[in-house]
Order: sequence, then structure tokens, then C-alpha cells
Amino acid sequence: MLLEVKHLKKRFGNQVVLDDININVDRGEVLCIIGQSGSGKTVLFRHIIGLLFPDGGEIRLDGQVVSTPTTKPADFDRHRKRFGILFQGAALFDSMNVGENLAFPLREHTTLTTKDINKTIGEALEMVGLKEEFKAKMPSELSGGMRSRVGLARAIVMKPEIMLYDEPTSALDPIMTDKINDLIISLKDRLNMTSIVISHDIGSAYKVADKIAMIHEGKIIFNGPSAEIRWSRNLYVQQFLRGYRERFYAFDQEDKYSGQADISKIKPGRPSRKGGAQQEQNAPLSVPIDIANKKFEMPARPR
Amino acid sequence: MFVPLRLIALVGQAARAQLGKVRSFLLGTRQYSQLGVETFSKMPLAVKNVDITTNHMYTLGIESIPLVTMIALFLGSATVTQAVYQMSGMIPLRYLGALVCKTTITELAPVITSMVFAGRVATGIAAEIASMKGSEQLDAMNVLRLDPIRYLIVPKAIACIVMLPVLTVWAILMCFVGAAVTVAISVDVTMYTYLSGMKLFFNANDVYMGVGKTAIFGAIVAITGAYFGFQAKGGAEGVGNATTKAVVISAVLILVFDFVVAVMVM
Repeated sequence: MLLEVKHLKKRFGNQVVLDDININVDRGEVLCIIGQSGSGKTVLFRHIIGLLFPDGGEIRLDGQVVSTPTTKPADFDRHRKRFGILFQGAALFDSMNVGENLAFPLREHTTLTTKDINKTIGEALEMVGLKEEFKAKMPSELSGGMRSRVGLARAIVMKPEIMLYDEPTSALDPIMTDKINDLIISLKDRLNMTSIVISHDIGSAYKVADKIAMIHEGKIIFNGPSAEIRWSRNLYVQQFLRGYRERFYAFDQEDKYSGQADISKIKPGRPSRKGGAQQEQNAPLSVPIDIANKKFEMPARPR
Repeated sequence: MFVPLRLIALVGQAARAQLGKVRSFLLGTRQYSQLGVETFSKMPLAVKNVDITTNHMYTLGIESIPLVTMIALFLGSATVTQAVYQMSGMIPLRYLGALVCKTTITELAPVITSMVFAGRVATGIAAEIASMKGSEQLDAMNVLRLDPIRYLIVPKAIACIVMLPVLTVWAILMCFVGAAVTVAISVDVTMYTYLSGMKLFFNANDVYMGVGKTAIFGAIVAITGAYFGFQAKGGAEGVGNATTKAVVISAVLILVFDFVVAVMVM
């Protein structure tokens, strides 16, 4: 395993944000961590890149422990060069143009000559589908998609082993989202890049991921090949995949999302002044329920 | 029985709240000091990025000249006008130049220039760093192993330490110009008397002390701006709070250190 997260725990004050998180990524694999806003995805992401340190558990890189509750930020520094990060808003340095943004880490951490730096920048821009003319542009002159691509170029310019993407498509239109997804796939194909994508966009997850881990209220509730998530028996996973807001809110017990909910606890729909709402509440659940056996009847799994 | 218990509980709660404030003040002081120590310890590394420092010297220092000029001219005029009013009938006006010269060089020009500089620069530094924090640029720097203190704070601190004394010298000169113009136009003292009064008690050590202490004020401005920028939380409101705190605390610290320097020199 290239990256292993074992029994990771984190709390802020009394709020448990991550509770016994276990995930792992193999070399060349794309893992997509999905979940609702506020589920703990970004906190997990910040642990992996060493911007936060856990209260319990550990993170291993190539079997070597790199992050524990006693790790100091300075100790993590030597591992940071193995990561490339694309932040949500690309996080380009406002005061520098595109070329300077890409050259900054190269100038500071390598002994490359100016000519070699320019060549490397050109290659990185080409890899994300941008022309060299973009080097002179300031970040404020770029669209959201272009900023993401420049952020990606800045991340890969240092040739990292693991790329992390923090909601790379959350603010983009569908076409640009598809372009960024294609870039993630092309990086994997061309550079055998291991990638971790944090997202709540299930369409992107299906497209780019080899494996999907779903996090909900600080816990991993699904972790497996992306093809299998559709067949998860977990209620919340199904709700998230289908984008339903109210279907499963009828279960008001703690185990409502565990997939083991007691069907007898389903509350009847409230009478509504609007006929439409009443009709919707009484409509059959999209995941059929076998009331007698208290199980959810899932679609047949393809063979 | 119920009332005293309730009273004790209220007093206890209030004491606890105050203790919490003291604790956060001490914690803040420690973090501020750590930032200051780290900034000074990383200053030798600035030689590798001289261009960033010189850019900041221009934007923080040279671009402040029009503001400082305007303020210093009126400061000189106001000093002369006030001095004439206060001295009338008590102190001979041949000492007017000496009074203006001493007060301008030792206190007025250094402190007022530093205050104006703090208003312009500490707020700018706090706002810039707070915005960078909000847009994850500081995280990006950390992840790219680009130390924010080395690349963001050190160049600004050096620029402030170098340029504030330069601005102060300029401000002293402009104060003298403003004062001289006021003497020529509206005060019943000849220019010869005024200028000879200036030379009467002139001491070069006053200039060294007056200008030298602004180097300390420059460091205070940069580190205070940076500290509140790093501490900023939230969006636009957080940036606003950071800039307000930066300018207020800079002004307070400038006056505190002005007093400390005055005591030390005496």
C-alpha cells in the first residue's frame, strides 16, 4: 500500500469530526472520498497532507508512519514533497503571474536553471491543456476552470507521487468538470499517478475513481471498488447516490443510516395542505422495502 | 440560602470568564513573541529573495511618501503655530526654532510618521495575509514547502525596518519646510531668528535616537500586521477585524516602545 490511514480520530472541542477512519490507496490507484458537506472529508484531506494531525490513529506512507498525534509539522515537512495538491479554488498566489506561480517551488527547491524551469513549466502547462502564452496572465484574469488547471500544473510541476484534489469540480460548469475529470484520468494514465479526490460530485467519482470511500458524520460507511457502491445496502449511501433529501428522514433513530434500521419506526407522512407534498410522502421509497423481513430489496447485481 | 449561592455562582462565572480572557491574552502574547523571534531568525535567508524585499520596499515605503509629505507639512505648521501661542509672553520667540527642532526630531515626526505608516501598512499586511489564509494560499505555501514567514513576513519586515527610518527623515525635513513656511507667512519672527534658534540646541544624537527608534516601530508594524493576519478567522468580517486590530495594537505598541526607548536613552 502506498498510503494507509489507520484508525484515524479527530475531534474539535466536543465535536467528533473523524471517528476511526480506515482507508488505503495502492500505487497508481484513484481513490475518491465522497460525502455530504460537513461530513469530515476536508478534515481527512488536511490530515493526509499534514496540515492537521490526528488525536488518535496514524497515517503511513509506504509502510512508514508519517502522522500520529505526536507528530510535529516540521517532522512532516520531508514527506510533503511526495504530495501534489489541487485546492478547491486552486489557491494560486495572487501577486504572481501563472509562470511565477509554477516557477516559485521549482526555484526554491531545485537547482534547475532558468531555461530548464521554463521548459518544465511549458511541459506542465501542456499537460493540463494550456498554452505557454498563459504564463504571463495573472490569476485574476483566469476563469475558474483555467485556475483549476493552472493549480493542477503547479501541483504536478514538482513531480509528486500522490495527487490530492480537494473538490476540484465543485465550482465548475459540467463541461469544465468533465475536462478536469479527464485531466485526472490522463495524469493517472500518463504518469501512473496515485490520486485521492475529495468530492461530493458522484458523477465525477464514477468517472475517475477506481475505489470510492464514503464518509458520513466522521465515519466511513462505504469503502470499495467504485462499481460496487451502487449495490451498497447502506441507506445513506443510496440516498446520497440518488440525491434524495427526504426519503429516509422517516427513521429518526441513531441507526437510521446504518442499513439496519427498524422499519416499524417509519413515521407516517404528515397531512399536508398541498396535495402534491402528501402524494410525494406516500409515494413508495425508491429503494423497495420488504416490510415483513425488515430488509431493503436491492436491484439484482450484475454478473 | 438560595440567593447567596446564586450570587457565588455568578461571581464564579464572571471570574472564570475573566481568567479565560487573561489566558487568551497570555497565549496571544506568546504567539506574537514567537512570530517576532521566528521572523528575526529567518531574516538572513532574505538574501536569496532580495527582489521580493526590494519590491516591498517600493510598495510599502516609496508609495507612502505622498501621504507622509502631506502630513509632515501640516504637522510642522501646526507645531509652529501652537508653539508661538504657548510661548507668547513667557518665553522669548528666539527659542521658537529650538523648540520646533527638538520636538519634531525626537518625538513628533518619528511617532506621527510611524502611526501613519502603521495605518497604511499594518492594515495592508493583515488584510493580505488574512485573505491568503481565507483562499487557502497559506496552506498551498505550506504544502509546497514554501515557509510563509520566510517568503511573506521577512521581506515585509525588512522593508518596514529599512523604509520607516527613511520616511521619518523625509518627514522631519518636510516638517521643517512646513514650519518655515508658517514662520515666513504668519508668525512675527524673522527667518534668521527662527533658523538660528534651530541651530542653538541642535544635537545630532537627537536625530540618531529619533530616527533609530523608528526601525523598532517598523518591525512592530510588520509583525503586528502579520500576526493578526495569521489569526484571522472567517471571511470578509474576519479580514475586517484583523485589519482593525492590527492598526490599533500597532499604534499602542508604538507608543509603549516610544516610552521604553525614551526611558532607556535618558
